[in-house]
Amino acid sequence: MSWVTKTLSSTLGKKLLMALTGLFLILFLVVHLIGNLQLLLPDNGESFNLYAESMATNPLIKVVSIGNFAFIILHVIYSILLTRHNKKSRPIGYAETAASTNSAWSSRNMGILGTLILIFLLVHLKGFYYEIKFGEVPMVDYAGIMYKNVFAIVAAAYSNVFYVVFYVISMGFLGFHLSHGFASAFQTLGLNHVKYSPLIQKVGIGFSILIPALFALIPIVMYIQSV
Amino acid sequence: MQLTLKIWRQKNASDKGGFVTYPVSDVSKDMSFLEMLDVLNENLTEKGEDPVHFDHDCREGICGTCSLYINGKPHGPLQTTTCQLHMRSFSDGQTITIEPWRAKAFPIVKDLVVNRSAFDRIIQAGGYVSVGTGGVPDANEIPIPKTIADLAMDAAQCIGCGACVAACKNASAMLFTSAKVSQLALLPQGQVERKTRAEKMVAQMDAEGFGACTNTGACEAECPKGISITNIARMNREYFSAVVSSENV
Repeated sequence: MSWVTKTLSSTLGKKLLMALTGLFLILFLVVHLIGNLQLLLPDNGESFNLYAESMATNPLIKVVSIGNFAFIILHVIYSILLTRHNKKSRPIGYAETAASTNSAWSSRNMGILGTLILIFLLVHLKGFYYEIKFGEVPMVDYAGIMYKNVFAIVAAAYSNVFYVVFYVISMGFLGFHLSHGFASAFQTLGLNHVKYSPLIQKVGIGFSILIPALFALIPIVMYIQSV
Repeated sequence: MQLTLKIWRQKNASDKGGFVTYPVSDVSKDMSFLEMLDVLNENLTEKGEDPVHFDHDCREGICGTCSLYINGKPHGPLQTTTCQLHMRSFSDGQTITIEPWRAKAFPIVKDLVVNRSAFDRIIQAGGYVSVGTGGVPDANEIPIPKTIADLAMDAAQCIGCGACVAACKNASAMLFTSAKVSQLALLPQGQVERKTRAEKMVAQMDAEGFGACTNTGACEAECPKGISITNIARMNREYFSAVVSSENV
């Protein structure tokens, strides 16, 4: 084994990959949210459709999106490897534990939260990414040029109350996952400092509330508009 | 005080083991937890039964020999060692569950005694510290800032009891290993072997079969010596910077 593979297969190396991919996905959430918020603009979806078109055609975005999928898969694979390793490290468990007295619930259940988010992600990709890329999408005319009316697909999905509830609950899971994951990634990278760590923790909590809440706001508002 | 003890009994490493319930009476609130177990063992010995085996040595909270997972927490309800835990932390008539440290790297020897020599091997993997062997140096010849000396001393407080491993949901030894890496990495005396030490101690920690860190902070919350998880971040820094810059291929 070379020193690179040896390092990345150590417990610390695996954690490093979790932290780096996690931080990238955190950045992705921000970019994705900024795009999504255009759904709420009162222009019948024009700016969102133009934005969707530019995202689909920009070569730089294509490269980043391949990286994004790769990082999601890496994050999932390494979480499975680490969970299996960690389970093996304690083959016989305790009859009684008082874990709630020494650690936060979300920190102990990142695997469960991550699995729930993955289920949401698969449904989300099937409903939007796959449909828009490979399904039949209605077209819309803006100044003589035809665009895919992605807004119509989103609006149709968000008029379904079950989908909206599923979306909002999933954002709750995302919030709990981020409430531990954000600051935890910095700790794993070794960035623990008396000056910056309190700030990182506060930003992490703020991020884990604000970002999922704004994501969840969009389907709620669009559902209300649809009825 | 009258108590009901639910204690893990296991004849040897290969025995399956199980809980046995013992009532104990005549327990004073001023007894330490280990003295309470001594009372139980005296009763068992008088009856001709095998006493409950548990590790203990100094009973002053400084040696790190005592262990015990009491009512779901290492060293019991207080953030101290089991020998410094007193029965006033429990109430009359209470049922107390006592289990050994649970980790693949800490195999059970008998009853509540586990083999913690994995920790010794991690320290051994760290190797030696090079020192000058010339004339006697003057005191305070090497300047060390007070804050750095304090951080090193805080890390060096680790007594290697293994409560961090016991508390961690992943049975990870990162708090222990990071304290041992930190105490030398912080000081000028530890610089010569700094990189190799971090690499070798982490490799040994993995080889022993300890889990990975999820940054839950349970170890820090349960550590009787209050070792901080900032040491884990320091170990990560030490390890990552060592692997990219050391000559060890």
